Amino acid sequence: MKDYQAVFLVGCGSCATVCKVGGEEEVFATQEWLEECGHEVTGSMILDEACHIMRAAREIRRFRDQIADADVLLVLSCGAGAQSISDCTDKPVLTGVDPLFLGNVRRFGQYEEKCSLCGDCILNETAGICPVTTCAKGLLNGPCGGMEDGYCEVDRQQQCAWVRIYQRLEKQQRGVFSRVVEPKDWSRKFKPGKHFIDRCSGKNSDL
Amino acid sequence: MSGLAEKLKAGRFVITAEVAPPKGGDVAPALKTAEKLKHVDAINVTDNQGACMRMSPVAVARCLVEEGFEPILQLTCRDRNRMALQSELLGAAALGIKNLLVLTGDHPRFGDHKASRPVFDLDSIQLLQGIRKLESGFDMAGNALISSPGFFVGTAAAPAAEPQDLVLQKIRKKIAAGTDFFQTQAVFSRTQVAAFSTAVRAEKIPVVLGVVLLKSLRMAEFLNDQIPGVQVPQDLLKRLDDADDSLAEGVKIAREMVTWARDLCQGVHLMTFGREDLIPQIMTE
Repeated sequence: MKDYQAVFLVGCGSCATVCKVGGEEEVFATQEWLEECGHEVTGSMILDEACHIMRAAREIRRFRDQIADADVLLVLSCGAGAQSISDCTDKPVLTGVDPLFLGNVRRFGQYEEKCSLCGDCILNETAGICPVTTCAKGLLNGPCGGMEDGYCEVDRQQQCAWVRIYQRLEKQQRGVFSRVVEPKDWSRKFKPGKHFIDRCSGKNSDL
Repeated sequence: MSGLAEKLKAGRFVITAEVAPPKGGDVAPALKTAEKLKHVDAINVTDNQGACMRMSPVAVARCLVEEGFEPILQLTCRDRNRMALQSELLGAAALGIKNLLVLTGDHPRFGDHKASRPVFDLDSIQLLQGIRKLESGFDMAGNALISSPGFFVGTAAAPAAEPQDLVLQKIRKKIAAGTDFFQTQAVFSRTQVAAFSTAVRAEKIPVVLGVVLLKSLRMAEFLNDQIPGVQVPQDLLKRLDDADDSLAEGVKIAREMVTWARDLCQGVHLMTFGREDLIPQIMTE
């Protein structure tokens, strides 16, 4: 921030608020901290959902005077949200958050990674537990040799994903998952991903 | 054809051991260890073992071939995607490497490059399937090869690991995918060795039993604490503790395991950790 004097602050009312990194409270605390450090804060706002590109652009426009006075926009949202903002202003945009994963919320302040959005889902066969995400190696054919007493070699506090799958399938009387799963189709995960839904024809396509 | 395959097919009890590639550009240390393994049938060459970066095992395996040894090239899925693995395999075939041990691989978190990106594009079963595909004249994407390689391919097994149903399911998948032999993690209980060999006997897949030389009580405790799927039982810990010479006791224990292997398995894989000189003692009948 040292290269910039005047700052406009953007928070996000969605995940960043739930994660306590970009809600009203944090935006306010950041404003105080910036001012203590000698910066000027020209204004601040909380977007409903920073990831909504068009809506973010529209909401940002309402603050154009305060943004015009700023040298930089500091965004307290995930990287996706920060990029909605950087797409709709000519000012430099910095992000104050370093996001780790798409998390489920266990309870306030406790998040768990369960889905990698990989485009080649096998949840229906694995008792609704994703091995792509919750196995440290993303293995598709059962546990590796590092599993010990049902726990993962990478994190001894964490149950092996394949043991969890095995236990839940057993509980549901669905037997041990026995299909030999072929190598994953990573072509579904082309970067950058772009999914397009044609509302007129009803057709979907991955571009 | 691989000498190891011929011996196992002929019903001969085989001995394998292990050489780790050096952490450096000179292959001499690996060859020096191999010199002490003249009397084993094949030598495993580890692949960035414990996720620590070392010389390419393909290079070391080739050097062993040149020196008249028979290597078992270990290949893990940690550091290479399916393209790299297949090209490595074609290269290995060109270099006269005939035996493989395919493994998923330790996570980089254990190694000396903790920040590296783990690959795991394939798992050991998918890699095994890929190898069988190459042998049939096609790559994993279905493109024809102009010449197909041939390998004798082993996979790993941890007979002592729990839950047993789940572990056995993976073993069955390896059999279905066409494993030629199993090399096991160290097993210290005759009952567990017997249970495992019974489970795979119907399929007639040779089992090479992992035998660790317990050099001291401390080492046995380390194995129990740190190595997944390895359990040194209390009575062996006590024997090591009570012994005046724990190394001699360790040799005795290893010799007992070799005896079980002669009854129940088709060979032993010896892990002697620098005491390769004790192999003749361990193998004495």
